Amino acid sequence: MAEPKKLPAVTKLPTGIDGFDHIGLGGIPAGRTTLVAGTAGSAKTIFAAQFLAEGIRQYDEAGVFVTFEESGEDIRANVGSLGWDVAAWEAEGKWAFVDAAPQPGDEVVVSGAFDLGALVVRVEAAVRRIGATRVAIDSLGAVFSRFENEVIVRAELFRLASALKGLGVTSIMTAERTNEYGEISRHGVEEFVTDNVLILRNVLEGEKRRRTMEVLKFRGTVHQKGEYPFTIMPDQGIVVIPLSAIELDQRSSYTRITSGNIELDAMCGGGFFRDSVILVSGATGCGKTLTSTEFIAGGVAQGERSLLLAFEESRDQLSRNASGWGRDFDRYEREGLLKVVAVYPEAAGLEDHLIRIKREIDSFKPNRVAVDSLSALERVSSIKGFREFVISLTSFIKHKEIAGLFTATTSSLMGGESVTETHISTITDAIILLRYVEMFGEMKRGLTVLKMRGSAHDKDIRAFTIDGRGMHIGAPFRNVTGILAGHPRHVPPAEIERLGQLFSNEGPLGD
Amino acid sequence: MGAIMGKYLLRLYITGRTPQGNRAIANLQRICQTELAGRYEMEVIDVIEDPQAAEDARIIATPTLIKALPPPLRRIIGDLSNKDKVLIGLDLSGPEDPNGDHHG
Repeated sequence: MAEPKKLPAVTKLPTGIDGFDHIGLGGIPAGRTTLVAGTAGSAKTIFAAQFLAEGIRQYDEAGVFVTFEESGEDIRANVGSLGWDVAAWEAEGKWAFVDAAPQPGDEVVVSGAFDLGALVVRVEAAVRRIGATRVAIDSLGAVFSRFENEVIVRAELFRLASALKGLGVTSIMTAERTNEYGEISRHGVEEFVTDNVLILRNVLEGEKRRRTMEVLKFRGTVHQKGEYPFTIMPDQGIVVIPLSAIELDQRSSYTRITSGNIELDAMCGGGFFRDSVILVSGATGCGKTLTSTEFIAGGVAQGERSLLLAFEESRDQLSRNASGWGRDFDRYEREGLLKVVAVYPEAAGLEDHLIRIKREIDSFKPNRVAVDSLSALERVSSIKGFREFVISLTSFIKHKEIAGLFTATTSSLMGGESVTETHISTITDAIILLRYVEMFGEMKRGLTVLKMRGSAHDKDIRAFTIDGRGMHIGAPFRNVTGILAGHPRHVPPAEIERLGQLFSNEGPLGD
Repeated sequence: MGAIMGKYLLRLYITGRTPQGNRAIANLQRICQTELAGRYEMEVIDVIEDPQAAEDARIIATPTLIKALPPPLRRIIGDLSNKDKVLIGLDLSGPEDPNGDHHG
């Protein structure tokens, strides 16, 4: 049997676009052309420009930008808002434009056969002049609409692609699409010019714009499949959120940290785990903000730093709440042990929130992160987008090996579960339920540890009270049933005894 | 006829001495000799030898004929095999012969 011929492997060139190289499993195929297709407003030009900008900023690789649509002047101005000083790069010989945009007032008459030889020559000259390794061409659709003869244009684009290959540069060509889900490109031929296709989408989903990108094909090499959300940050450009591409390689710590409440620590079997994510679910006013406040205060007492991301109340309100429970946020902040970031959920899209949160975590380097409340973010996103957000945030926090406490608001006062809970209960390591319990015409509060991954925990539903020093967890509700379902029912002591005997053979703990 | 007194300054950009480029040169010379005898100046620029010239004039297709003078500046793309189109591009077509193109 003949030995299978060993083909040269396709190597990848990291684009440097945040998160993209994760879904491209290393970047885009090096030395080849990748088509970036998308509808109007899907950020194709930004992608193309950022491919060059990151090359310069991160890898010191020069790039040539070939523009068929906007003038170089327009592009300089447009990407300037993303913080890229193209003019400075041009002066340093790191960036060169090949301006192939139509000249204003230019009337073109076509008489007989032609080719795009001059374009190829100009691109080659620019690449050699600055020693470019990256080329971005924006966009092919404009070439088709400019020259009516599609046969010539198609042949010439192939010539351009092969010339780029000959130069050994890695390139991106953008192309228009008419539909988000349909033909890859408007003219139906652009995708044949290249072996690699990336699609950018900008889909309206439940009144919200959602940007995603998908690697359709990378010939001869691997990539992540499916659509990945991305966003455009004002001073950074495209940031891709590589959800399922996130590897589950977080280490699990057995170190315990305090919840900030001694009784709750006891119920959890000695506190939370160092790198765990805890969900606190309950109706409004039930004690969720208190739980997160104690979580922060518990960290401060150990000299740990906490980041509080507030989506429902302002910093001042939170500070006032905390002082009502004997916790001094102002002092914590002065000591540099607390940072409160209060944002209105509607202030940005969910992807933007996620990126900002990650940045806050990266810059403040907290030991603990509290989000109060996660449910508030539900209203700025579709269900799918919210789920992706939570998965991404959770894995980021775990990756940083810090503890996260998220609160979720249930829709009904007495029980039931929140949407947030439904989506993230399997992701979190611990779930604490806070419930109102109606007892003989009086509202009491109940708390239970529903789940505590990797540890034994108290299964009781315990009553708790709140006063000027915080939360006090007391005895279990012994003669009430149906609390979690939201229908507390008083049970006579004789019945409890009978039930107790029924299960007397069962061990005290079992999970 | 259009700009009778003006002198024509014509620049023809080609990519190497290809049959297409040579055809364009020959077609242009023929048209100029019959239509613009004695009042034109013609320059042939090979962009392979002078890429900067193509850059400056923003040429992407070749052959491209630029009528630099008299104004307005005009571009004619192709091997100039369709004489009528060339005359339109040079503002030399009279209103009496608005016949369309014969072939693509």
